[in-house]
Amino acid sequence: MGSSKTFHALYNDDDILLSAVKKIKEKHYDIEEVYTPFPVHGLDKAMGLEPTRIAIAAFIYGCIGITVATLMMNYIMIVDWPQNIGGKPSFSYLENMPAFVPIMFEMTVFHAAHLMVITFYLRSRMWPLKEAENPDPRTTDDHFLVEISTEKPVAGLKKLLKESGAVEIIEVKPKDH
Amino acid sequence: MYTLSNRFKIFSLSLIILGSLGWFYSYSASHLTLEEVKILLAEESHHGSHSDDTHNMDHQNEKHHNEESHHGDEAHGHEDEHAEHVLHQIHNRPYAALYVAAFFFMMISLGVLAFYAIQYASQAGWSPVLFRVMESITYYLLPGAIIVLLIAIVGDKHIFIWMDPEVVAHDEIIQGKESWLNKNAFILRGLIYIGGWSLYRYFSRKFSLAQDKAKDNKNFKRNFQISAGFLVFFIYTESMMSWDWIMSVDPHWFSTLFGWYVFASMVVSGVTVTALITIYLQTKGLMKFVNDSHLHDLAKFMFGFSVFWAYLWFSQFMLIWYANIPEEVTYFVTRIEMYPIPFFTMFCLNFIFPFLVLMNSDYKRVPIFIIMAGVIILIGHYMDVYMMIMPATVIDRYGFGIAEFSSILIFLGLFLLLVFYSLSKEELLAKGNPMIKESENFHY
Repeated sequence: MGSSKTFHALYNDDDILLSAVKKIKEKHYDIEEVYTPFPVHGLDKAMGLEPTRIAIAAFIYGCIGITVATLMMNYIMIVDWPQNIGGKPSFSYLENMPAFVPIMFEMTVFHAAHLMVITFYLRSRMWPLKEAENPDPRTTDDHFLVEISTEKPVAGLKKLLKESGAVEIIEVKPKDH
Repeated sequence: MYTLSNRFKIFSLSLIILGSLGWFYSYSASHLTLEEVKILLAEESHHGSHSDDTHNMDHQNEKHHNEESHHGDEAHGHEDEHAEHVLHQIHNRPYAALYVAAFFFMMISLGVLAFYAIQYASQAGWSPVLFRVMESITYYLLPGAIIVLLIAIVGDKHIFIWMDPEVVAHDEIIQGKESWLNKNAFILRGLIYIGGWSLYRYFSRKFSLAQDKAKDNKNFKRNFQISAGFLVFFIYTESMMSWDWIMSVDPHWFSTLFGWYVFASMVVSGVTVTALITIYLQTKGLMKFVNDSHLHDLAKFMFGFSVFWAYLWFSQFMLIWYANIPEEVTYFVTRIEMYPIPFFTMFCLNFIFPFLVLMNSDYKRVPIFIIMAGVIILIGHYMDVYMMIMPATVIDRYGFGIAEFSSILIFLGLFLLLVFYSLSKEELLAKGNPMIKESENFHY
């Protein structure tokens, strides 16, 4: 680990960034992270990231939501305080179900959406009062930053980065990192 | 370029012939006499455990008819009258079966036409590689819609009870609607709808083909303009068509979102058929320019419009169920009590099945899943049309027999023949479309 060096390569265009990431990957360097001001289409594939599993989480949260809604409406409208609304059967959940469908739908969407956002924040290690991990504030404006760690000779990497269109290459000292 | 093989022609022609034979058989078999029906009814009521059910249904039936026509309730005359009603229902069945199948295939074609117009009007970049397939499916629209109108006219009171002057004479509600629901106006409106749709289809296809050879984008621009205009015309005429050709089979009942509901059925079946034909041509190696992102998008539309359909189905159902107004709620009471199995099966096939199968993003790119979901969606929407027409025409004398099956064969054969004939006429790629490069490189 001691011999490993970290570089920050800055780009100023998303297309150049995308082709650079592909070139860096081709030469088998490890890309630690890429910081971009906006989502770059196709970057996850180029970096070789695993497909997201948030869809599975969303499905589970949706199931939780519809269960919560069913239990809740069953308790409120059938068990605890049955009411005669327009002569509808008030002692059976199933027979009264059409009236609860909008609530079941809304709760499904509500749970899926909110829990998904919270999951995403936690998985990205973001929570209130968290300090920014961003290495360079310019990546919040108009620059794209690729962070690379390597134990291979540095000269080759620097040449590659330069050729790939980097506007700036910074070697990061271990204590900064 | 696709060529229509002789085998394919023979296959679809034999479907038509087989279907026609089957239909004429069921037609002649439906011509029972009143005496025969009485014997049939007597047999049915001696069927032990089954008799309770039948009796209940008959009773309901009776009520239904008494509402519609005020007759005496003398016991003997009552029985005769009942037999006569059953006789009518049995007579109606071949007509209704033919009408359901004809409408179903016409609906696919019309749905594709609307979807195609939306692609042009929104200048969508992903879809131009599919334009030739869509144009070929809409080739069926003109003959298909004329056949639907002809069946409606020939079927007359067998399908539309308001076309029977005797019924109208005893029915104040229908009398009040006569300015809209009369045969001449019905035919005139039908011709206007068909004329408008076909005109758009004719010019759009013409401009689309001309664009392939043109050097500028004039044809494309014209197509954009007429598509936008057509969509306005379409949304009015589609709604009125659904009142005329479907909703009026229950002339007492109405629903204000019926047009939308039929439109959802239409467009989801249309997109499904587009996807199925595209996959078929791909397996023949004729549509190499279609990649799995195009299939993904078609499957997304299948998924989305299935959910949209379910949303409208439920909106219509819940409001009527909740309000519980007698003249509205009869529509669902008849269907749930007399057609419990098809009613709920149809909802599962059209909503729950595609929802679960097509939810996963990866499955939307796998042809076998699209085919599976597509076939189920088509069966479901056939049942949907069936559920709209049958309870009003044959009441409880329904089933899926020779009449229904042969009717499907007839129109399936005709549909395949015309659509693939049209496919074989032109190149499968609309190569002159200004968006074609974007469409070919489309990826998700």
